[in-house]
Amino acid sequence: MSSLTLADAQEQLRSGSLTPRALTESIIAAIEAGDGKIRGYNSFDAEAALAAADTADVSLPLGGLPIAIKDIINVKGEALTCSSKILEGTFTSPYDATVIAKLRAAGAIPLGRTNMDEFAMGSSTENSALGTTKNPWDTSRIPGGSSGGSAAVVSADLALAALGTDTGGSIRQPAALCGCVGLKPTYGRVSRYGAVAFASSLDQIGPMTKTVRDSAMLLNAISGHDAMDSTSLDEAVPDFTAALGKEIKGMKIGLPKEYFIDGIDPEVRAATEAAVKQLESLGAEPVEISLPHTEYATATYYVIATAEASSNLARFEGVRYGHRADAPKDLSDHYMRTRAEGFGAEVKRRILLGTYVLSSGYYDAYYIRAQKVRTLIRQDFSEAFQKVDAILSPTSPVPAFGIGERCDDPLQMYLADIFTIATNLAGICGISVPCGFTKEPKLPIGLQILAPSMQEERLISIADAYEQSTPWHKERPC
Amino acid sequence: MPASDYIVTIGLEVHAQLTTQSKMYCGCKVGYGAPPNSQTCPVCLGMPGAMPTLNEAAIEKTVLTGLMLGCENPEISKWDRKNYFYPDMPKNYQLTQFDLPLCEHGSVPLYDHCYPKDVQKDIPRPGYAVKLTRIHLEEDVGKSTHHEKNTTIDFNRAGTPLMEIVSDPDIRTGEEAFAYLNSLRQILIAGGVSDADMEKGQMRCDVNISLRKTEEEPLGAKIELKNLNSPAAVRRAIHYEIDRQSTELDAGTPQVQCTRRWDDDLGESTVMRSKEDAHDYRYFPEPDLLPIRTAPIVEAMKKLVPELPHEKSQRFVTDFGVTEYDASVLSSDKHLATYFEQAATGAKNTKLVANWVLNDLLSALKESFTEIQDSTQVPAENLRALVDLIESGKISGKQAKNDVFPAMLETGKTAGDIVKEKGLEQVSDTGALEAFCDQVIQENEAIAADVRSGNEKAANALVGRVMKLSKGQANPKVVIGILLEKLK
Ligand SMILES: [Zn+2]
Repeated sequence: MSSLTLADAQEQLRSGSLTPRALTESIIAAIEAGDGKIRGYNSFDAEAALAAADTADVSLPLGGLPIAIKDIINVKGEALTCSSKILEGTFTSPYDATVIAKLRAAGAIPLGRTNMDEFAMGSSTENSALGTTKNPWDTSRIPGGSSGGSAAVVSADLALAALGTDTGGSIRQPAALCGCVGLKPTYGRVSRYGAVAFASSLDQIGPMTKTVRDSAMLLNAISGHDAMDSTSLDEAVPDFTAALGKEIKGMKIGLPKEYFIDGIDPEVRAATEAAVKQLESLGAEPVEISLPHTEYATATYYVIATAEASSNLARFEGVRYGHRADAPKDLSDHYMRTRAEGFGAEVKRRILLGTYVLSSGYYDAYYIRAQKVRTLIRQDFSEAFQKVDAILSPTSPVPAFGIGERCDDPLQMYLADIFTIATNLAGICGISVPCGFTKEPKLPIGLQILAPSMQEERLISIADAYEQSTPWHKERPC
Repeated sequence: MPASDYIVTIGLEVHAQLTTQSKMYCGCKVGYGAPPNSQTCPVCLGMPGAMPTLNEAAIEKTVLTGLMLGCENPEISKWDRKNYFYPDMPKNYQLTQFDLPLCEHGSVPLYDHCYPKDVQKDIPRPGYAVKLTRIHLEEDVGKSTHHEKNTTIDFNRAGTPLMEIVSDPDIRTGEEAFAYLNSLRQILIAGGVSDADMEKGQMRCDVNISLRKTEEEPLGAKIELKNLNSPAAVRRAIHYEIDRQSTELDAGTPQVQCTRRWDDDLGESTVMRSKEDAHDYRYFPEPDLLPIRTAPIVEAMKKLVPELPHEKSQRFVTDFGVTEYDASVLSSDKHLATYFEQAATGAKNTKLVANWVLNDLLSALKESFTEIQDSTQVPAENLRALVDLIESGKISGKQAKNDVFPAMLETGKTAGDIVKEKGLEQVSDTGALEAFCDQVIQENEAIAADVRSGNEKAANALVGRVMKLSKGQANPKVVIGILLEKLK
């Protein structure tokens, strides 16, 4: 039953052929049987989930449906680790994130905390201090990241659906590499309150699901203005499922020439080109466009994201919670050893980088300049969207790579997000849907579709039309 | 060269706690004396994932302060993070305002009566207003308590709104700094934005001070003074610092920028940290809060700008004819001013009302350790009635002081009731008084003759006797009139 889509599980719950308890039990059984191989979960509270299942109201929008939660989102009373030693075993969430409160209000059951790169910093889950998640299609490979745990458990049928967070591609890239759907909403569409901040001006929470329909269902539940998040947009939330099953005839689909570059894996390129043909056959019109500042996106991202992270992560110092160094000599020894012991190498690297770019004498050259380039990148997109309705590209230039393959080369690792990063800098929305497989070994390939701010409905219409006319989403890892 | 030959330049950074119900970036209550860490939430404890929201009331009070002090407002105001590690500061950054504060420029008028008493007669820059650089809004930190083996932290205060008022280096003496703090306090209280009591920590002040020999020279090394807990301490610390720096400069020791901690008991300051220890705060815009447009807030707050102490004072002089000094004292405290105005409005003798408020009432309140707004025994209209009784000759000033007013304080009754109860009403009924006068003239022929021959002063002796006959209830003014008439 854990292989059901959200929509199918809902139908069975509502028809009475399945009870919330039986559904929850089957997912727990699947996790217990299958997660040893995948290591997608950091923890799960079976008792709490079953208790919630017993009182679930299936008439609610997500009534009785268990959802896996990335281990960076606060679920009251549950352990929160951010896959970091600085929180592992020492921190229990004192409150529900807004998305969790909204899921509960919609009748959903938070079940299980999924693995990730430590504090969402990475593209493979290899930066998790608690263990690397395996790609269900080939367990010698990474699932992508940072929401690799969420992608892997959805793909491996160890969850119906999951929440992830996306700062530079952390929902879309692992969704692509694991063969599921991942949607990054417009910045401000979903409240960030309660998701541990990595880069506050870039982070968004979004759904990771088996189908586009499921993403629309989840997005319905978690979207909307939140008084606790000043950056959440005070805009009406449409019924995103109403965007399903729409014709896409006449839609102009932009193909940024800067995205179809050397270095894209040939099979990824072929799959993307086939997807363009497929959309054309559905009546869409491909148009070549330019996003001229693309080449600066990665550098810009790493200045802004690390600057914000260096400040966001300052609160983890063992004074009020979390890991605390033994017998410190003095306050400064306490700070230094607690953080040296608690944070992994990539987190330290980014804190140092972020501290550096904000330092007096460097601030203008790095941070201010990055903000200016960010504005240019935003303009690139708004100009492009004058000409086209959506933009199309591969989600990741390559399929899932081998565990350990890129660990020694952070720069090579940073390239995993080259097609996804600019989306967050521009604040627009994007989705990744399965668009084929490599031959040997068989690894999923993801297609990225981008739309202007607050145009998730358009994303969903295009992605759904593509998905429903192709077989890829039906394939499961064996 | 003597200290007085150096040009002293002083700037003040004042932190004032705002009188808001809730904290700056969360909904927790602001208040003191609650059990440690009981007034906290994920936001003000810096829990993972918690985000700040803006306290509109705090923004409004800061903008109102700016309006009272004649500030300008940048079109857009925003918040920034000031990054440094400090155990009392949960996020390890302070959410403050860096380059776009809510208010800029403006000035604080130095009121004469706000100078130390001993220099009020000799104010070097009378009527001067100290220019301001800016006013911004930030958050307070928690409070550490160091025990023998460990340290505990109470975060109840963490996140309390703090308004920082930064002056230009536009102050020259400790006395001006003293007057600045007191004048500012009166204005903040008038606007209802802060209680601003330095001794209670509601207002805190850091002093920047530098010395140089001539106006042509650039400013000398900036020395920052901390731990100043009253305007008097600020004055003392500045005197000490001017002496210390000028002595060292005379001896050829150049000053180096540093922060010094003032010890008011010892009356001296010691180096706290040198310039090398200065933090790089790595300010950057707070991504969790949106910038705000100031114009609508300024517009809304304009209606709430109160009459300021110096404006009130001027009005008291014009409307009630009190002296400039009395007016400035009466308007120095919002509650005192309200009381006086209520008592004086419609009074027969407004100057006499001022005297009664400033002398009898204030010293009685002082004796009973009561604030004027908390005192209920003598409402303003009762004091007005008392003064009216004196003015109309119904009772004497002496009776009012010795008998009526103490009884009013004690019982809360009106002056009229007390006069009746005690039978104190002066006899002005000329029929009764004429009889007394006739009797006294008969019994004191010699004095009467003296008066008749032109010595009017001698009549006073007769008045005394009439008063005695009337058991003190005769109105002496009426009595003397009758006597002089009879002895013409
Ligand atoms: Zn709070």
